[in-house]
Amino acid sequence: MRKIFAIMGILVVASLVLAACGGAATPAPSGGETVTVKETVVVTVVAPASPAVVAPTGYGVTLETVKARGKLICGVNSQVPGFGYVDANGNFSGFDVDYCRALAAAIFGDPTKVEFRPVTAAERFTALQSGEIDILSRNTTWTLVRDTELGGNFVHTTFYDGQGMMVPADSGITTLQDLEGGTICVQTGTTTELNLADVMASLGVSYTPAVFEDADSTFAAYSEGRCDAVTTDKSGLVARRTVLADPTAHVILDVTMSKEPLGPMVRHGDDQWFDIAQWTVFALFSAEEFGITSANVDEVKATATAPEVKRMLGVEGDLGLKLGLTNDWAYNIIKLVGNYEEVYNRNLGPDTPTYIPRGLNNLYINGGLLYAPPFR
Amino acid sequence: MANIDNVLPPLTERSTILRWLRKNLFGSWLDSLLTVVGLLIVYWAVKGFLTWAFTVAEWRVISANLRLLMIGQYPIEQVGRLWLWLAFLAFLAGNSFGIWARRSWLAVGVLALPAVLALVFPFEGSARNWLLALTVIGAAGWLGGWTKPEVLKRSVIVGWVIALPVIILLTHGFSESTTGFWTVARTNLWGGLLLTFLLTVVAILFSFPLGVLLALGRRSELPVVRWFSVLYIELVRGVPLITILFMAQLMLPLFLPQGMTIDRVLRAMVGITLFSAAYLAENVRGGLQAIPKGQYEAAQALGLSGAQTMIFIILPQALRLVIPILVGQFIAVFKDTALVAIVGLLDLVGIAKTVLAQPEFLGLQREVYVFVSLVYWVLSYGMSYLSQRLEERLGVGKR
Repeated sequence: MRKIFAIMGILVVASLVLAACGGAATPAPSGGETVTVKETVVVTVVAPASPAVVAPTGYGVTLETVKARGKLICGVNSQVPGFGYVDANGNFSGFDVDYCRALAAAIFGDPTKVEFRPVTAAERFTALQSGEIDILSRNTTWTLVRDTELGGNFVHTTFYDGQGMMVPADSGITTLQDLEGGTICVQTGTTTELNLADVMASLGVSYTPAVFEDADSTFAAYSEGRCDAVTTDKSGLVARRTVLADPTAHVILDVTMSKEPLGPMVRHGDDQWFDIAQWTVFALFSAEEFGITSANVDEVKATATAPEVKRMLGVEGDLGLKLGLTNDWAYNIIKLVGNYEEVYNRNLGPDTPTYIPRGLNNLYINGGLLYAPPFR
Repeated sequence: MANIDNVLPPLTERSTILRWLRKNLFGSWLDSLLTVVGLLIVYWAVKGFLTWAFTVAEWRVISANLRLLMIGQYPIEQVGRLWLWLAFLAFLAGNSFGIWARRSWLAVGVLALPAVLALVFPFEGSARNWLLALTVIGAAGWLGGWTKPEVLKRSVIVGWVIALPVIILLTHGFSESTTGFWTVARTNLWGGLLLTFLLTVVAILFSFPLGVLLALGRRSELPVVRWFSVLYIELVRGVPLITILFMAQLMLPLFLPQGMTIDRVLRAMVGITLFSAAYLAENVRGGLQAIPKGQYEAAQALGLSGAQTMIFIILPQALRLVIPILVGQFIAVFKDTALVAIVGLLDLVGIAKTVLAQPEFLGLQREVYVFVSLVYWVLSYGMSYLSQRLEERLGVGKR
């Protein structure tokens, strides 16, 4: 009895020694989207020690796994209004969540065949690497380090976030120039502060920065009226606005002061899976461009004359088969989830409390950055 | 007879409210002043909260999300399974009260609790019926235990022993088919108070024996056993729980072989259990050290073996001594489970955070967190109160 216990003790102690080492290097969960140096260190230190770091990879493996499993596992955020949360009925909702549904619709023709796995900022890349999730769709900013060292590939930008500016609705401020001589609340020591200085300098607008150590006190100062405007990432502004006494009394200006391209991420090593994930994004873009919605897709499919539309919806050609899917994959996405505009308006549109003006997230024909390659 | 009637009772000061007030609150002008100032402070504090709670607060965020807060995303078709094990627990509790705590107000309170909840909180129709049924089932169990205590004693004990496996089995389900009552409800759907409860119960039930073993190991004469117990206890106590959880959720998947994954909820359960065991071990060791040497010698003189001495003489006394500390540790475990929200599990706190991100309920942080705190307080205080009753029954501090 005691011997067994001693052996058990050895095992437990051994694992705890590892726990202590790993624990010390594990960074605290970061609320923001910045990859800290620590996060990178953890991954690079661990990677050589464990050759089995990367879960099943290789051309076509992910799609096979997903199909065999019968559902997609999608890593999402569970705490960001408009992007990922659980509604009162227990269903996941949000912009990033709808992308997962579109991918499931493309693969299975059924947007419900997806399991949502809430992942935190700290664990998201590990979850992707270890194969716990098939795709990460969790307001993650595309950066070089994440695209290389963290073992993932960014599929495409689905939401161009960026530093925005929030002002009281009754202030009459609509552009950055209107802030001439004003006070702007900003968190110190962040790229936000530097961006603000750069943008204002290039516009020739003079202002007084009111700097704070953390996000909470920055927004507390703004809500007390100590400054005329407050700045951080737009998706952050939307979330922060909800905490203010009267969220409707504040507007987010239609300006973008920095690059924060957010998009889904897949594991390195499976190009087919990457293509499927990427063309799902393009199908959403193109459907909006061609004016195809979930409401009229059946009609368009029956009457379409434009060759590209016919190819996309699978009336002609076999584009879907080339992706490893069925030819009606794009039809399923549009029919079951909608086009980009529908997804956007459902979660971030003017009728929602989490309204963000589309700005850069418009089609290129409307002055935005959304541009899909041809379906050919 | 007449004599006795004529004897007057001893003079006692009649205790009226006014008299009590004058004696305790307005004894002197200083007392009066302190009373008035104190009342004013209480008034301001309570008034602010009550005004907010009854006029400003939008409690519909709670009523709309009650199911989410209680059981998370647990599939609605299978909710009946949760009610089944709740009914099982209610019956066992009723039985136990009937057998061991006859005529106690506590029993009445515990058994009536579901019915009171059903009447006070806005549960859906079926949930309300189930809650009322729980009280009825509990009362039936109590009646059974009351009338046939000797017959039922053994089955009740067996019932408590198999309670955890029954709970886990019913919560998880076992049918592989996609629909139906017994379909597996995967752990990623477990959430809210259900997940908090399961994490707590599993951690308490498994860390207790582990803690006792570690405590005995630390006092063992075998150096290897002793060193490892000491090493384990000191290492785990030297690391915050959150790092153990991070380790389990972040590092473990990287060490596992390809394609192998361990359930996330299970990882959290194991992490909390291992953590709690180290603390329990020290608590139990405190009890062991309080047992005088004479008890060991007396046991030896009676010819008991080492193991028999431990099991029949030392541990019962040592554990009884440390009940208050053990319960304190259990309450701490219950509240520590909230940390799993940080590693992406949707326990009561995790689900509260996601409720706060619902567009229709934006900015209702206060309501949600007040509710969550209330739930934690009620359950923690319940544990504390039960332990006090247990101490009274076991005569801790009197013997």
